[in-house]
Amino acid sequence: MKNKKLFKNLSLYIILIFFTLIFILPTVLMIVTAFKQDEMQILKDMNSFRAFLPVGDIGFQNFKDIFLRLPLTLFLKNSLIITILTIVLNVIVNSMLGYALARTQFKGKKVILTIVISLMIIPGEAVMLPLLLLVNKMNLIDTITVQILPSIAEAFTIFLFYQAFLEVPKEIEEAAILDGLNYIQIYKRIAMPLVMPTIVTTSILTGLGKWGDVLWPTMVTRGERVRPLAIGMQQLFTTQPQRWGDIFAFAALMVIPILILFLIFQKHFIRSIASTGVKG
Amino acid sequence: MKKIKKLLYKRDKSGYILSIPALLLLFVFVILPFIMAIYFSFTNRTFIPNPKLGTDFVGLDNYKTLLNDPVFWKALGNNIYFTAIAVPIQVTLALLLAILVNQKLKGITFFRTVFFSPVVIPMLIVSITWSLFFTPTENGLINSIISFITFGQVDLIKWLYDPSTAMLSIIILSVWQGVGFQMIIILSGLQAIPEDLYESASIDGATKWKQFRYVTMPMLRNNLVFVITSSIIMSFKLVTQVLVLTQGGPLNSTQTLVYLIYQSGYIDQMIGYASAIAVVFFIIVFTLSIIQQKFTKMVEN
Repeated sequence: MKNKKLFKNLSLYIILIFFTLIFILPTVLMIVTAFKQDEMQILKDMNSFRAFLPVGDIGFQNFKDIFLRLPLTLFLKNSLIITILTIVLNVIVNSMLGYALARTQFKGKKVILTIVISLMIIPGEAVMLPLLLLVNKMNLIDTITVQILPSIAEAFTIFLFYQAFLEVPKEIEEAAILDGLNYIQIYKRIAMPLVMPTIVTTSILTGLGKWGDVLWPTMVTRGERVRPLAIGMQQLFTTQPQRWGDIFAFAALMVIPILILFLIFQKHFIRSIASTGVKG
Repeated sequence: MKKIKKLLYKRDKSGYILSIPALLLLFVFVILPFIMAIYFSFTNRTFIPNPKLGTDFVGLDNYKTLLNDPVFWKALGNNIYFTAIAVPIQVTLALLLAILVNQKLKGITFFRTVFFSPVVIPMLIVSITWSLFFTPTENGLINSIISFITFGQVDLIKWLYDPSTAMLSIIILSVWQGVGFQMIIILSGLQAIPEDLYESASIDGATKWKQFRYVTMPMLRNNLVFVITSSIIMSFKLVTQVLVLTQGGPLNSTQTLVYLIYQSGYIDQMIGYASAIAVVFFIIVFTLSIIQQKFTKMVEN
């Protein structure tokens, strides 16, 4: 009996380790290769296990290279501004409407709720061309604003906040109303801190989406001045001859911050992804 | 008490003030472009209209062109091909992984974290990394592995450079990146199954397989329906991998609906025609979403 269990656990671990290799090795290769300075060696290593090991000529040369080849600090600054501002504004604007729909009374509320739910079905990809014409008319092409403004209001996020606010006990607000607070004050001081998990969830989802977005910035940016990291990455990847050491150094710069955040806030990341699956 | 109720339900301006920013932005950046897309699909609108010719209403011309455009059918076919291959593999694998990481073993959270980790890596980076693995020579990582396993019996595969394997390459890297997402959703379903259901089943003498078939699977239906339908919808939105790696080629073998919208609208500047594709794309996603909601409701009842 004991032996049987041992055997079962052992085979489970073997399967688990097999999948661990599949899911971790590409990321390991990316980070390891970023430090390999000999381009020929990188390509030679690809047909052996050396591809996943920090062997050969190791150092920071690739990182120095990409800072010389591309305006990396500028790209990084743009990406940070775009991602952080989108997250913050996204949380504020969508939670406001979510709260209004969940708690306040006003004419047309039901209609607005129906509209928001219907808008969840419209994929951004279906409206990107008219959107491009609109922002062109607004003289927003080649700005940071155009990479933030259109993605602030989002039906799905509004819906997540709406559901979260519905679950806040009404008694808490009733007490606040007796204290003479109005709905805007209640929203700011009482309701928002109570839906912290939803704030974290939507921030993670918005942040991941923005950080790696390529399609929209490709369409609305022309010069390097306003371009995010993703476009720089794409630029480096398509420049011939491809230098994989540089490409992976750039990739590592883009991915390592997310991986660190992921390792610290694992539970939140996983919970936020799971929450997109529990739709009403 | 009455006073509170009165105060609570008083129609004050707060509701409007809180609603205005989001409603305004939704109108300008979602509703308006959506209406424009439908309108443009009936015109010969170009990116910058020729001042002499202007934009004309052309009725159903764009849709007629679409029906006779082999590239459109190729793109639609590719989306269906991607869905037919990627979704079953991804869902089965996700189910297997979810069951694995639901076992009571030491260090199981480590494995869960690792399997999930590709989900947080941007698809752009995943695509670029895998394109190196798909190097079409005998030195390519995946070709080396295949040659090692089969003792060199399989011909060299050209992966992204061969029309017959380009889409398959994209499927492989997409499954690798996305499966952790489905795993988590299925896992949350597994964890919601009460332990005593298994206990009573095993007292009744049900084997492990029967327990899986008659307890686990029915209890997971809701999660599985969501996972399957949402991955089908995701498959129809396929674009980043194509944009980064193949630009629809070789020979349109990786052309997809969304990439075609981008190509004909942004690169070829035919807004009218691209809008017609966008409308068709919307109708497909809309139908899938309705089916998703119907199924989820049915399961709930």
